[in-house]
Amino acid sequence: MEVSAEAKRIMVVALGKLYSSRTQRGGLRLHRSLLLTLVMKSARDIYHAAQTTAESMEEEQPSEVKMTTEASGTQELQGPASLPHLAADADAQGDAQNQDSSCLSGPPHHTRKRRGKATAEPDFLPCKKAKLEYGTAQQLIVSSVLVDYANCCSELGPSPSPIPLQTVIAAC
Amino acid sequence: VKGAMDDDVAEADIISTVEFNHTGELLATGDKGGRVVIFQQEPESKNQPQCRGEYNVYSTFQSHEPEFDYLKSLEIEEKINKIRWLPQKNAAQFLLSTNDKTIKLWKISERDKRPEGYNLKEEDGRYRDPNSVTTLRVPVLRPMDLMVEASPRRVFANAHTYHINSISVNSDHETYLSADDLRINLWHLEITDRSFNIVDIKPANMEELTEVITAAEFHPDQCNTFVYSSSKGTIRLCDMRASALCDQHAKMFEEPEDPNNRSFFSEIISSISDVKFSHSGRYMMTRDYLSVKIWDLNMETRPVETYQVHEYLRSKLCSLYENDCIFDKFECCWNELKLDPKQLLMIVCFHSVVMTGSYNNFFRMFDRDYRQDVTFEASRENSKPRSVLKPRKISTGGKRKKDEISVDSLDFNKKILHTAWHPLDNIIAVATTNNLYIFQDKLN
Repeated sequence: MEVSAEAKRIMVVALGKLYSSRTQRGGLRLHRSLLLTLVMKSARDIYHAAQTTAESMEEEQPSEVKMTTEASGTQELQGPASLPHLAADADAQGDAQNQDSSCLSGPPHHTRKRRGKATAEPDFLPCKKAKLEYGTAQQLIVSSVLVDYANCCSELGPSPSPIPLQTVIAAC
Repeated sequence: VKGAMDDDVAEADIISTVEFNHTGELLATGDKGGRVVIFQQEPESKNQPQCRGEYNVYSTFQSHEPEFDYLKSLEIEEKINKIRWLPQKNAAQFLLSTNDKTIKLWKISERDKRPEGYNLKEEDGRYRDPNSVTTLRVPVLRPMDLMVEASPRRVFANAHTYHINSISVNSDHETYLSADDLRINLWHLEITDRSFNIVDIKPANMEELTEVITAAEFHPDQCNTFVYSSSKGTIRLCDMRASALCDQHAKMFEEPEDPNNRSFFSEIISSISDVKFSHSGRYMMTRDYLSVKIWDLNMETRPVETYQVHEYLRSKLCSLYENDCIFDKFECCWNELKLDPKQLLMIVCFHSVVMTGSYNNFFRMFDRDYRQDVTFEASRENSKPRSVLKPRKISTGGKRKKDEISVDSLDFNKKILHTAWHPLDNIIAVATTNNLYIFQDKLN
């Protein structure tokens, strides 16, 4: 599908930009990181909405508290409410096998810590970077409380699951 | 045209801000290398009364140096983000310049006399042998070649965790504000070790961050009022009399999004990159990626006017996103044209015009009264001295007329982000990547 392919491409590009902005002179730019995260989330929602219209409903496993994202051989996004970069991590790993994404084929690991926000906000602590190993199945517990934003995004396409978007975030 | 001719642009030479002082006699530019260059307008010559004076370099100094924050392992760029002039109070000129973290107050003063005839020193500075001093004389001031000195008078540091995007001098001429992504601080020009935080939009949990501050400005007349714009396309007006911390806005200006234009990039292109009050203080102008909007301060629901700067880019947002151009922050400016108190003539027919930049070294002007707009290009080929700028047209549809430029041939590396308008005259300064173009209108 056109839309879902474009959405995936946008997510991949956003990830690449977020990743490369860590090495930028002057430090992480909060504004830019925020915009990239928003684009990625928007693309993820559209991608997901496009997927659910194509795929059957059994592949969506809504759960109330814990969500797991698993790297699957196919390119589906699992877990509708995972944070964009974590979902995209799982997705990107599937992608890297199938796409020539030059942004992501290089570094196989991604930081779990928020790229845009928390790492730009080290008030008195140095940046900690936790690494996510490539290829291992992630049993991640992710959370996001962006209910308002999710409500806005759900106007873009049919909401994938009827439950409110409440999930637990990975503590880094 | 000021600046180097080479095609290879040194990164440090990239102009990052342009600002006229309050009389328009001085024009300051800041660059990515942390330098400030000030141009001064030559007095009008009697030989050519039709032409206003040219701008020549008056002073150059290094305002900011790169720094390293050891605690966070971050380099702090020396790039000058903004320059704002203080109104002149005595013979010296003062300006505020800021990089990402530190604001500095610079004093620019002229020296055209120097003392001569010291008793203990020779003219070159060497000390005389005291035994050779037989008479006493009083040193006198003698004229010398004009020397312009810039000295840092105040350094306002360590008040911003995030990157400073704006500074604005208050109409009381004693205080100013500085804004970063999440906070706005109020300073007194005399006091460097303290500032008051007046806006703080940092959420308790950074995961919940949805918008950042992108620009802020004081009202031109009301010293208690300021506005700040956000990445969500909203502008908040705050009154400092209401409370010490202005997290509650007095007014919020927001236009509902057009659902037909919704795309992946709606959030990015709705982010406001600049906000400027009109001289009267009745209106304010905002610039987002594709348009310029004029807001009436009395109406919060939508702008009173919207001008499309380069609507033909809407279908190209995906590639502009990939090449990072979609993140470019364009500024905008009003034609100030204040009534000069020295002038006895009333300006009867006064057009309100706004100006902003675009790509391919184009800049656009919108005449609010005649509802006309025009595109000009700032390039060396088109801007020989005394030649008239020809308006440019971009062809959007199928058939391209002669002289039109097609959207696909636009050079997105050549962008005009910074423009400024002389406060009292029809002279504009337009900054391309590393060159400064100064245009003036033809007097009849």
